[in-house]
Amino acid sequence: MLILTCPHCGIAADETELAPGGEAHLKRAGPEASDVEFEAYMFARRNPLGVHFERWRHAMGCGKWFIAARATDTLEVFGTYPARTEAPPADLVRRIRRKRPEWEGLP
Amino acid sequence: MHDHQPIARLAPAPPCGMVTLKGDPGRAGLRRAVKAAVGLSLPGRRAMLREGERVVAWMAPDEVMLFMPRGDVAAALAAARKAFGKGSGLVADVSDARVLFTVAGPHAREVLARLSPADMGALGPGEMRRTRLAQIPAGIWHWGEGAFTVMVFRSVAEHARALLENAAAGPEAGFFAPGT
Repeated sequence: MLILTCPHCGIAADETELAPGGEAHLKRAGPEASDVEFEAYMFARRNPLGVHFERWRHAMGCGKWFIAARATDTLEVFGTYPARTEAPPADLVRRIRRKRPEWEGLP
Repeated sequence: MHDHQPIARLAPAPPCGMVTLKGDPGRAGLRRAVKAAVGLSLPGRRAMLREGERVVAWMAPDEVMLFMPRGDVAAALAAARKAFGKGSGLVADVSDARVLFTVAGPHAREVLARLSPADMGALGPGEMRRTRLAQIPAGIWHWGEGAFTVMVFRSVAEHARALLENAAAGPEAGFFAPGT
């Protein structure tokens, strides 16, 4: 069972109180993008064994979106932060790098 | 079917007025609107403040819910709208959207813990825990006076009543100290 702390209301919420929103930090293919690039943006998703960033909504709570950084192999949660951002907070990235030196970082 | 007495008393709470306010928490408008509508200050994260029959509850970083007697709703709406002024803010009468139940008795906390993944043992007085009861969203709080209040959407009120009634059908496991 996954427990994520909502950064908006501070509740350690059970997975069943949350609605999943898929991979985080996707960048929309621009207006001049090719069909192949747009298809990749729409459908291609990373499925890493290790560090992963996911969007979640605190559906049975404050209703706000947040992003969780966690490990898909150990279910360790590195941290959560509000979704109104384009990149993870620097201190969280440092913390992940300390624990997972092999992590290649976000694309 | 059950040989036991219910381990908690369940009752629908009398209807009250409910008003939702939304606004930028970084600006003064939301705080002023709460003050104007119910005379209370803006509560901290997950907190509720009470003055007689008027209550303000923190719902989200940019949203609060006001509780008051039904007769006071019209005046509260007008006062909140005036306080937001030309700034952006939402004022909505949602009195008919939700219903309240009270769950009382020495094992009330256990009844709620049976239906929710939330840590019911950690729920202190004047804190609203928004969670789920079985499959439906709910808000739960108590004021340290014995009874818990449960808030659910009106459309699922009958389902919530049945859930709570079933969970209150004994016997108790005694996980929480009675009356806490």
